[in-house]
Amino acid sequence: MKGMTIIVKTISSWVKVLIFLFGIYIILFGHLTPGGGFAGGVILASSYVLLMLAFGREFAEENLSLPVASKLDCVGALLFAAVALCGLLYGAGSFFWNFIHQKYLVGTDYEFNLLSAGTIPLSNIAIGLKVAASLFLVVFALSMFRPEISGNKED
Amino acid sequence: MSIFYILLLFMIIAAIVAVETDNLLSSVICVGAIGFGGSLMFLFLRAPDIAITQIVVEVFGLIILIRATISRDRTFISGDREFFGMVVSVVIIFVIFLAGMTVFETLPDFGTPIFAQAPEAASQTYISDGMQKTGAANLVAAVILDFRAYDTLGEATVLFTSIIGATVILRKKSKKLLEDPDE
Repeated sequence: MKGMTIIVKTISSWVKVLIFLFGIYIILFGHLTPGGGFAGGVILASSYVLLMLAFGREFAEENLSLPVASKLDCVGALLFAAVALCGLLYGAGSFFWNFIHQKYLVGTDYEFNLLSAGTIPLSNIAIGLKVAASLFLVVFALSMFRPEISGNKED
Repeated sequence: MSIFYILLLFMIIAAIVAVETDNLLSSVICVGAIGFGGSLMFLFLRAPDIAITQIVVEVFGLIILIRATISRDRTFISGDREFFGMVVSVVIIFVIFLAGMTVFETLPDFGTPIFAQAPEAASQTYISDGMQKTGAANLVAAVILDFRAYDTLGEATVLFTSIIGATVILRKKSKKLLEDPDE
């Protein structure tokens, strides 16, 4: 997969930034507006897949290599588990207790602000990171798998 | 309500085109069009969270995933349909359709969910106290990341396990072979 024509390359090099920004917006505002970690993570992954379609697989691998992507995946999973464990350690002793909101923000008028809702934005960021890295890895693994089949058939 | 019938007609036409066309890529795009119609339906039913997830997964998961992974020499479908398999699938779909009709007769009217009739139901508590208890303006985020966060943890675990399986099965060489190419 060597990439597409120069028209596609030029347009996608502009559009990928906007898609990436929109994914970040969907993740960060997941507790205020529709969206959240999963949808935003898929949008982030699709910006990288657009890069892969337009410029070829090698270019995308230079931008986000496979070890980095799998590390991001693990970081997202660990962050989500850490948020859950913090509720167990700092709170009333229950998993996923919203300790930031219940301890510091309850009763204040922080609602509808970006910094509200306690652990929910942190969980959104963790899930977004995780979903983006995993879907990128899936597409990468599948696109690496395909030429091998046809190569085997030619042999 | 007429917008739903227009969308339904659009989705049925897209489904027929997706089955009948020979080009694999246009067939996939037609399946994506069905999902797009479904996400528009969710949008008109005032469920924007589901609409965003639906359109993102349909467009990404179908069109881009298949476009990125398809090999260029296999974009056309060849061969005829088997008659026996077609008859069996039509019969199965007809039976599921009849069962679905009897289920739909027992459903409550639109806009009056069955949980709303029970005052002690958990969903009523989410709607009345969710904002105060979690501070999140988006109640869907409050439910999936605070009240029902175990569910999201399980979903994340499923995703993590499937990625491990996919990267292990689909890799080109094992790690041992990468480290010692002589053996």
